[in-house]
Amino acid sequence: MSKPVFVYVTYIASTPEKVFKALTDTDATAKFWFGNAVTSDWKVGSPVKFHREGKLIVSGKVLEHDAPRRLSYTFQSHHEPHNGTEKPSRVVIDLEQQRDQVKLTVTHDDFTPDSKVFASISNGWPLVLSSLKSYLETNRVLYAPWYEEQVKREAEKAAS
Amino acid sequence: MDEVFRALADGSRRELLDRLRAENGQTLGELCTRLAMTRQAVSKHLAILEEANLVATVWRGREKLHYLNPVPIHEIAERWIGKFERSRLQALSDMKKASETE
Repeated sequence: MSKPVFVYVTYIASTPEKVFKALTDTDATAKFWFGNAVTSDWKVGSPVKFHREGKLIVSGKVLEHDAPRRLSYTFQSHHEPHNGTEKPSRVVIDLEQQRDQVKLTVTHDDFTPDSKVFASISNGWPLVLSSLKSYLETNRVLYAPWYEEQVKREAEKAAS
Repeated sequence: MDEVFRALADGSRRELLDRLRAENGQTLGELCTRLAMTRQAVSKHLAILEEANLVATVWRGREKLHYLNPVPIHEIAERWIGKFERSRLQALSDMKKASETE
């Protein structure tokens, strides 16, 4: 087994069941994952798809679905500039109850050498995990920087 | 959040985070080789960083690998940096970097 490339940890004042549900639910992911709605039947081998505004952003296959402890899927970026050209990497999400909180660990590995997806991910996960924490603890989601850019472009378009 | 600030308020610990940023997933032994600190000191600093969730660890066989975990720093940024300030701050930071490397 190769050494994981990224390991991210966050603690959420919630239950493993609620966190697991949020990570696998279409409406919940659409809210905290900046519009990226996940769909899958979560059977091992089944496809996993993330769509944002009707566009396929990430696709993969379920590797493991052990509610509410572990969720794992392959991860292939379809958005700009990757457009599905890179081989899928692997995401493993572990949940562990620690007193009144949940320790959530994301390990992301199996990148191709010189992966470009790698760089986008290092910016993406901390934002997604902070947003998930906010969503579950205070029902508030965070803003993604790429949304600000989009809002700005739309405002400019409207003004011209 | 107090723990994060306490952990960051030490030059040696910030250096350890820099080392992990340069090369993620190092063992205690690897982290010790290029530092002018005793193994005990490095181990103690890593424990404080782990306690503050700035370092995440993974066991691979008998090896404990250390990873820089930027999530708490991100949460601090989210708390004090507003929605519209970020792109301006990014521009400022890019400008600073560009003018310092010229």
